[in-house]
Amino acid sequence: MHRFANPARFLRIARPATPLTFWTGLAIVATGLAWGVFLAPGDYLQGESVRMLYVHVPTAWLSLSAYLGLGIAGFSVLVWKHPLAEVVLAALAPIGAAFAAVCLITGSIWGRPTWGTWWVWDGRLTSMLVLLFLYLGVIALMRAYDEPSQGARMGSVLALLGLVNLPIIKFSVEWWNTLHQPASITLSGSSIDSAMLWPLLTSAVGFALLMASAVLMRMRALIAERKVAARTARMAMAAA
Amino acid sequence: MTAAQTRMKPKTQRLIMIGAAVAALIVAALLAMPALRQGAAYFYAPADLAAAEITPGQAIRLGGLVEEGSVARLPDGITMTFRVTDRLESVPVRYAGLVPDLFREGQGVIADGRMQPDGVFLADTLLAKHDENYMPPEVAEAVERAEAEAKARSAPAG
Repeated sequence: MHRFANPARFLRIARPATPLTFWTGLAIVATGLAWGVFLAPGDYLQGESVRMLYVHVPTAWLSLSAYLGLGIAGFSVLVWKHPLAEVVLAALAPIGAAFAAVCLITGSIWGRPTWGTWWVWDGRLTSMLVLLFLYLGVIALMRAYDEPSQGARMGSVLALLGLVNLPIIKFSVEWWNTLHQPASITLSGSSIDSAMLWPLLTSAVGFALLMASAVLMRMRALIAERKVAARTARMAMAAA
Repeated sequence: MTAAQTRMKPKTQRLIMIGAAVAALIVAALLAMPALRQGAAYFYAPADLAAAEITPGQAIRLGGLVEEGSVARLPDGITMTFRVTDRLESVPVRYAGLVPDLFREGQGVIADGRMQPDGVFLADTLLAKHDENYMPPEVAEAVERAEAEAKARSAPAG
């Protein structure tokens, strides 16, 4: 199992993958957003404010997916003491938090003209805010210990506990009466017109690639940081 | 061999324990959360009102669709009345103030306010509720035309 956790092996793949995901992601996001903002039609009820969709929905999907990744990394830390999983946990948490924050902010800006309010405490909005706080909690817990691997263990426990929130976010609009509308894209099809659906899916693919490149960058930086720390510790030992 | 086996053991044990704990947690949430129902709901639908035993004057939120053809303005120019329906029951609402842009007949609305003893819901604020349908105006018109035609076709038969 630890053979796959070898940082050298990871770095061999990560070095070329970082610029690849970054530049293709950037190009696809630019295409998706230009398509959504300039070419796609407005909505029959919402008018132009519907264009917030092309940022709001991808960041919502990705902040949930990233949290699932955080849970899997936390599981690997606790069960296999996987060293690369610790790096994933530390790298992913702030990026997931940023995506969740963008989702909340764009949703709020859309809500003001559409619903007539910036914020309400309904099931969907509240559980999404809890997701942001879970990310922040994992970041804070990981940094609260001098020993990084102990911080990673504590962060992993919270990451696993927080997994409960994912089905709550997903089904909040079905279980309870909420101001937020139910899902438009389901297994049985999409109630978003195809003129809006294609730019949405394009920008979602682009944002996913950008998120992947950001995670790779942070993972590489964290691995380099650990190497430096280990080397300075060795040199201090040798000098003493 | 035996040394390797004993070294594997805590790892497998952790896998089972933590896996079971996470699974139990998620199953518990899936069972408990839908049961919260009205406790976690943001508004009452008209059909929920009777069961919920709302006393007049109690602050609640009422949500549903604005019934087609029910919106009327009173002569004072600022007060409006309409009915909120969930296709089962409908409740008359009175409201004085600005309405959100998306407020219109047949669309969702959430009214913040209180029931009065005469059975009219007096709203302090209105929020428009958007549904899950997103389409360009031309498509919306085409859908509307098709629905009108379907209604016209079925009317003589029924």
